[in-house]
Amino acid sequence: MTARAASKLSSVGQFTAKTVGIGALVAFLLVAEILIQIDIINRFIVPPPSEIIGSFYRVITQERVLSRFLFTASECLTAGVMITAFGIAGGVLMHRFKLLQQACETWVAAMASAPVVLMYPLFMVIFGRNAWTIIMIGFIAALPPVILKTIEGIAGTRKVLVNVGRSFNLSPAQQFWKILFPAALPTIFVGLRLGLIFALINIVGVEFLINYGGLGQLIEDLAERYDLPGTYAAICFVILVSVLFFMALEKAERWLRPVD
Amino acid sequence: MAETGRLKQAAVPAARLSPVTLLRAAIILALLAIWEFLSHSGWLYRDVVPSLLSIGRALVGLLTSPGYYFNLGVTLVEIGTALLVGGLLGLAVGILLGANRFLSKAFESYIYYLGPTPKIIFFPVMIMWFGVGPESKVALGTLSCFFPVALSVAAGMRSIDKVLIRVGNSFRASPWQMVLKIYLPAMRHPIINGIRLGLGVALIGTLLAETKLSNKGIGFLIINAYSTFDMPRMYANLFVLFVLAIGANALVGRLGGLDSIKRT
Repeated sequence: MTARAASKLSSVGQFTAKTVGIGALVAFLLVAEILIQIDIINRFIVPPPSEIIGSFYRVITQERVLSRFLFTASECLTAGVMITAFGIAGGVLMHRFKLLQQACETWVAAMASAPVVLMYPLFMVIFGRNAWTIIMIGFIAALPPVILKTIEGIAGTRKVLVNVGRSFNLSPAQQFWKILFPAALPTIFVGLRLGLIFALINIVGVEFLINYGGLGQLIEDLAERYDLPGTYAAICFVILVSVLFFMALEKAERWLRPVD
Repeated sequence: MAETGRLKQAAVPAARLSPVTLLRAAIILALLAIWEFLSHSGWLYRDVVPSLLSIGRALVGLLTSPGYYFNLGVTLVEIGTALLVGGLLGLAVGILLGANRFLSKAFESYIYYLGPTPKIIFFPVMIMWFGVGPESKVALGTLSCFFPVALSVAAGMRSIDKVLIRVGNSFRASPWQMVLKIYLPAMRHPIINGIRLGLGVALIGTLLAETKLSNKGIGFLIINAYSTFDMPRMYANLFVLFVLAIGANALVGRLGGLDSIKRT
């Protein structure tokens, strides 16, 4: 009874906190609206929130948002398939050949902290100003977490599971497909989730920087036209899409490891 | 006797190279050989893969020109300012969210989900707010840096040993004393980790902004080399930048590690 009461109280607290969070956001927008309407904030620098909300419909209907979204999504998907294939294969290879792992794991970790996206001018020279430049940057920036998490996942397989495989006299290939890989899958998915987030960030960023492609270019396009409410609306839209993408990945990860 | 034993021990690893070192050297040599082969093969457009010699020459030219150090200084000041402002803001917000469960429930999810969004898309807004000079680059770096520091500090606050907090309370420490004497020393690892992550994204944010619109800084040098199609200079710039970025990241991580070794 007390436990139930406590959980009810905590859920009430949660609801109040969420309401305060949303309320603060609404209050912030209202204050900004008032300050802009009474000319304390210049409307040519920050357009009123009402105008930004109003231009959402215009941006979505007139700026081919759906096809842009699909373009960015297809770039992310291509990079995602590539990091899955190369990242997992790389991780498995490095786990299989310990010497390779010892020699290269620090390099991969260093690559994870390197500002790969800054090489975009180099990629433009190699691939041209097209989708492949964007995809390849997304791919290279997102590869290290998948490799590192694959190694971590396989190395972290519980000893008892490996011993079960041994007691069944499994061949190395069976041992990998029946024991190591399924046991490592949740950790590999953590790597893939991180990788996909990195890929999305870099892909949208490079689209904006080289003014080519989907959602990133939309912002650059509107900013160059000095369509301020449109630019703000497009930024909000891209942020919203990214947040929904992260939430979906998180849900998928939780679904994959229901025990934790 | 003891001295000779120590000398012998030290001499053995130096005399024989380990297989890992040999493999690393072989990989690096193979990559350099492939590069040199590609640059002479004519399979790619001319100068896309310049010869190592020309990159080396560009690197020397870069490192000996005073103009490079001026641009490096500009970028370092921008990144340093971004890290300072974003780090302090992140620290303050992180402590606030970590110390108060209600505030954490109300606002932390916004920071959590906004954290990994691409920050460079805010650059047009930053230009409107802060102008085309270094201020807009600092602002973008600050924005990038704020989120990982705030999230890391908030998580660190929640993982502080409750005993330490009770000790502080039993000494009737003021909130300021609690922050300085209990929270900050107990959270040095999450803070250093947050700063490490923050440094990485502040560097990316600042430099990307420089490549987009600027007339000084390392980002400007890279995009300038690209637009004049001076490939060796661009490779040299990228090489120095990567060495500096990875080195700075390792340094911050190492400082964090050393600190913990001393204290335990």
